[in-house]
Amino acid sequence: MIENEKQLVEAISEMREEEAFALAKAMLDRGDDPIRVLELCREAMDIVGKRFERQEYFLPELVLAGEMLENIGAIAKPLIQEKSGGKAKKLGRVLIGTVHGDLHDIGKNIVTFMLDINGFEVKDIGIDVPVATFVEEIREFKPSVVGLSGFLTLAFDSMKETVQAIEAAGLRNQMKIMIGGGQVDEAVRTYTGADAYGSNAVSAVTLCRQWMPG
Amino acid sequence: MNAEPLTASGGAAAYAERMKRIMDAVELRQPDRVPVAFFNLFWLARYGGISYREAMHSYDRLAEIAQRAFLELQPDMYAHPHLLTAVGPVMEKMGYKQLQWPGHGTADNVSYQYIDREYMKAEEYDDYLLDPTGYYLRTYLPRIGEAYQGIEGLPMFPGLYYLRLVVASRQFAGPGVQRALAALKETGDEAMRLFDRANRFEADMTELGFPLSNGATAPAPFDFFADYLRGSRGIMLDMYRCKDKLLAAIERAAVFITRQTIATCKASTSRIVFIPLHWAFDGFMSLAQFKLFFWPSLRKLMFDLIDAGLIPMPLWEGDCTSRLETIADIPRGQAIYWIERADLVRAKEVLGDVVCLRGNVPASMLTTGTPDEVDAFCRRLIEKVGKGGGLILDCGIGIPDESKPENVRAMFAAARKYNP
Repeated sequence: MIENEKQLVEAISEMREEEAFALAKAMLDRGDDPIRVLELCREAMDIVGKRFERQEYFLPELVLAGEMLENIGAIAKPLIQEKSGGKAKKLGRVLIGTVHGDLHDIGKNIVTFMLDINGFEVKDIGIDVPVATFVEEIREFKPSVVGLSGFLTLAFDSMKETVQAIEAAGLRNQMKIMIGGGQVDEAVRTYTGADAYGSNAVSAVTLCRQWMPG
Repeated sequence: MNAEPLTASGGAAAYAERMKRIMDAVELRQPDRVPVAFFNLFWLARYGGISYREAMHSYDRLAEIAQRAFLELQPDMYAHPHLLTAVGPVMEKMGYKQLQWPGHGTADNVSYQYIDREYMKAEEYDDYLLDPTGYYLRTYLPRIGEAYQGIEGLPMFPGLYYLRLVVASRQFAGPGVQRALAALKETGDEAMRLFDRANRFEADMTELGFPLSNGATAPAPFDFFADYLRGSRGIMLDMYRCKDKLLAAIERAAVFITRQTIATCKASTSRIVFIPLHWAFDGFMSLAQFKLFFWPSLRKLMFDLIDAGLIPMPLWEGDCTSRLETIADIPRGQAIYWIERADLVRAKEVLGDVVCLRGNVPASMLTTGTPDEVDAFCRRLIEKVGKGGGLILDCGIGIPDESKPENVRAMFAAARKYNP
């Protein structure tokens, strides 16, 4: 890696937002390959993700890193010529949403982001998602993992109903179901019939890695 | 086994007995038994067989059900059901925009929920820092409540003087201001009805011998900005993009929070200040960030409240295990730490000589478990954490809305059944 490439990776992973953007912009201005710039961003995100897993970084760093990626992406992506636009291979599909009755999305968004930067193809179907919508979306998207999110205690019942509906639709054995958020714990997992629960975004990534075929 | 009868014992003697039990726990002396507290948002609606919507709107029905529950459960202290639950009519008059509630965004039996948004923009820190009250009147209040819309037409008071001040009164005649004042009068009238009903309920409970737990509620100064002004995404970016302004704003807001809280609590019958903490938990920020952004202003708030003769009671929501050593740095026996998720036996090892602990039957156990499980969990807490005083038994964050009544009964019974 050449010097300014190293600098870009370091600026992002060390949370130096302005410097990171200036470096990326300078590289693009002088005609560097925008795909290379985005690759460097991804390398930096790997470092951020690892530090998050080691509990050196926390949510503010994830969110800021996400902002940096978005801002650099916004100037790099228009420069990518269509012919070079081969999609990177994804690890597997995850469908995620906040169960019905619950309007909270902070935790779900963080999990979605973490899964995305770790190479999963994630479809986020929003908050207060009715049971029937989950079932329809599963039929259409065919995920290997379904994530049910909920912050309030009312979500325990909504999660249980959602799992039951997936079962009733005959789809249950095609996927693993993970739950998380708020006060979810092992007792709630048993109650809902999910396969596992996670207490943070890292455990969601770990679970998906374990579960993905191949 | 304690032979205390589960009937309306009532009266001043029972009130004094409960207060002594609580204060023994707070001041880390062994009470006659571990006190048990009542805090709920919508469980009473289920208990009484009414909808959440009715609980939010019918002051009298809520009072009647709460009284029935207290007579059955015999709590040693309680949080005001009216001021936590029956806020529907006032919010409707105000056109409050930061919550969704039954009939206003959620179904009749779904609890109210906060809408996490950026209510203050990052570039508005300077306005806030220059003049917090002016910022509220001109920018913040019209954003969060329809009744306030138009209030931004008020004169910019600081700097007005002499005949300029006299003539500037014409701004009160502006149509926006007039509309806002009329809407706010209606809001105020409804808030006064709520407050009067709450006070009447409190007087009735005092007569029956039940002390009020929360004399006032205060936010941690960091949460004040994270929750109610900047929103979760905004605050996380501010921690990097405008750290100094955030810290300055926290310091400035803390003065207002402290003064207002002391005044409210002094006018109440309880000395306890409830401080629910939303962004203090382990997974959100690092310990170093906690020590920079969160803890100093919260600690100062607690010290100021203690100096004013009050008892701060932060509720450490989420898992705050990594913070235990840091938060031990407060005066002995003058606060309550209500802890949602950390193991209280471990918390007692670190904090037992410093502060009374409250909690923490898990929400999942109350809603999905059995009375035997609740009983065993409470027994462990009472026997291990209750030793020497310093425990108030409760759920992790109050009684979850969906708790099975038999599980709630088991928790209250355990306080009478087991001794440290």
